[in-house]
Amino acid sequence: MTDQKFSVSVKNLDLRFGSLRVLKDLNLDIHEGEFLVLLGSSGCGKSTLLNCIAGLLDITDGQIFIKGKNVTWAEPSERGIGMVFQSYALYPQMTVEGNMSFGLKNARLPKAEIKERVDRAAEVLQIEPLMKRKPAALSGGQRQRVAIGRALVRDVDVFLFDEPLSNLDAKLRADLRVELKQLHQRIKNTMIYVTHDQVEAMTLADRIAIMKDGLIQQLATPEEIYNRPSNLYVADFIGSPAMNLFKGEIANNTFSLDGLSLSLDGYDFAAPFTGTAWLGIRPEHVAIGENAAAADVQMDVTAEVVDPLGSDTLVLAHVAGERFWLRISGQADTKQGDQIRIGFSARDVSLFDAATEARL
Amino acid sequence: MSSTDAGQLDTAMKRPPRLLKNLAAKFAAVPMVLIALVIFVGCTIWTIYHSFTRSRLLPAPEKWVGLENYERLWSESRWLISIENLAIYGFFSLILSLSIGFILAALLDRKIRFENTIRTIILYPFALSFVVTGLAWQWILNPQLGLQNVVRNWGWETFTFDPLNNAEIVIYGILIAGIWQGSGFVMVLLLAGMRGIDEDIWKASRVEGIPAWKTYIFIVMPMMRPVFVTAIVIIASGIIKVYDLVVAQTSGGPGIASEVPAKYVIEKMFFSQNLGLGFAASTMMLLSVLIVLIPWAYLEFGGKKNG
Ligand SMILES: Nc1ncnc2c1ncn2[C@@H]1O[C@H](COP(=O)(O)OP(=O)(O)O)[C@@H](O)[C@H]1O
Ligand SMILES: [Mg+2]
Repeated sequence: MTDQKFSVSVKNLDLRFGSLRVLKDLNLDIHEGEFLVLLGSSGCGKSTLLNCIAGLLDITDGQIFIKGKNVTWAEPSERGIGMVFQSYALYPQMTVEGNMSFGLKNARLPKAEIKERVDRAAEVLQIEPLMKRKPAALSGGQRQRVAIGRALVRDVDVFLFDEPLSNLDAKLRADLRVELKQLHQRIKNTMIYVTHDQVEAMTLADRIAIMKDGLIQQLATPEEIYNRPSNLYVADFIGSPAMNLFKGEIANNTFSLDGLSLSLDGYDFAAPFTGTAWLGIRPEHVAIGENAAAADVQMDVTAEVVDPLGSDTLVLAHVAGERFWLRISGQADTKQGDQIRIGFSARDVSLFDAATEARL
Repeated sequence: MSSTDAGQLDTAMKRPPRLLKNLAAKFAAVPMVLIALVIFVGCTIWTIYHSFTRSRLLPAPEKWVGLENYERLWSESRWLISIENLAIYGFFSLILSLSIGFILAALLDRKIRFENTIRTIILYPFALSFVVTGLAWQWILNPQLGLQNVVRNWGWETFTFDPLNNAEIVIYGILIAGIWQGSGFVMVLLLAGMRGIDEDIWKASRVEGIPAWKTYIFIVMPMMRPVFVTAIVIIASGIIKVYDLVVAQTSGGPGIASEVPAKYVIEKMFFSQNLGLGFAASTMMLLSVLIVLIPWAYLEFGGKKNG
């Protein structure tokens, strides 16, 4: 069977809530041991897809395979999955130990085995000193660790995370993110991770699936998604500040818009194209000062807004009548009203068909 | 520099005493506190005092008789039967209302179809007054009009079911109506509590393969402890003052078989013109409430400080 090589396979999945079609003929194959991130804005159906994989929602159409086994109609507990929720979903009246062992006790595992598994998970997550406490006496980060522990003790192949870090403050989120990555490197299970935070997605993922309106827009590595977004939506969604976009005409392998003309010789076209198109350039791919000298197009712009972020500084300017963000060194001494020499080349840009919004 | 330090120190030391904090709020609460003290505590003390006097139609504070009223009370078979009935009614009513109400709430919580219809039907009894409930059940349990007649008409000629006319089991007949009314109330209260439980808790327990009934008993019920306490307090206070249900169904009969303490108090005070005895009976009722309430309040609020 061809499905055998995938850890999780979703085939032609359709899900409706009444007349609302949330997932539309969705296909997704996830490799053994892969860390896959489902990324998308709120309401695009990420949690719904995760719940379908977990078996918490009855799907309208399609099939789901886990480890090559058709689990479309299997109970969640029979699918070999563990799940972690944004709200932690700990059992508030039980201790940490109780939370982690309740499911195993229910499955009538031998006492020694339960103890061994709980101890091992507690050690991995460094929550041993908390075992006798109730969730109310834990901080958010500790609670989420316990919730991860409760999934770990199940000894399953696939872990599902639904925005596990979204309730934590920024510092804790960054810490736990690193720990999650280390956890994955250590236990090497398949993980499916839902988030709306692109930093989490870029840092954690082996591959990212960008979702919009119940469809996967692009499924690729973080580098690929960042450098070669497959359509206008992905290009605009990934990156902060977003990619600068210009709508212009492509003719004779040249992109032109009033005053701006860029030869596209260095651009890696999928197929030759003539017509209206979007040109996108990331703020951090704009060459500044002397570096601009080698670029295909060069110009002087006026810094209208200067946002120092410490490590680097964002500058807002106008190019060809459009707002244009560029990222310069945090040490650069630029003030509002300064002239900045900028330039960019065809190999740094992304082009999208204005009609289909697909990458050219 | 040093002056600001000293200033901070000063304000820290001059922190206003606790009594003066939120002064406006405390001031606003004064009338309520006064009313509570005068009406509830004052009247309670007044009642207890007069239970030691020979007050007949009017309070007679000067006719002190000591424990005479209490001795008379506890030698009267009508009072003893009232107490026994209350114990039976209270025990079964509390347990059955809570368990039936919980099961109904859990069934509705499982998102069955026609939830609104079912909820309305079950809620109707609660919207009715005890008098209407009592009358309705009096008809249902009436041998000539109700259930017994229906079953006999179906052909089971010897079927007998008239609890309201049988002194041995009359209190159980009243119990049916009480439970019918109580469990609807418990259901609504618990259903509201269940709906407040995070959806993710249910998802987590499903992923772990914990059956729904176990989730209800070991996870949901402990989470709903405050709701249960509220339900128990309201049901229990309803039980202790049960009166109208009895009046509507049996008027205490047959004989004195379905008398209850609240009815005894009201009749002694307003119909037999024996205030002293009525006060003694109501003092006994207050005492029994306190015996239940004090240990509970101690467990609920007193334990917190150490835990
Ligand atoms: N139980 C439900 N009933 C009806 N609509 C739902 C339900 N759950 C989610 N939806 C809708 O499905 C869409 C996707 O929801 P969800 O998967 O939760 O989005 P997200 O990507 O933010 O996790 C939303 O438009 C939401 O309103
Ligand atoms: Mg979601």
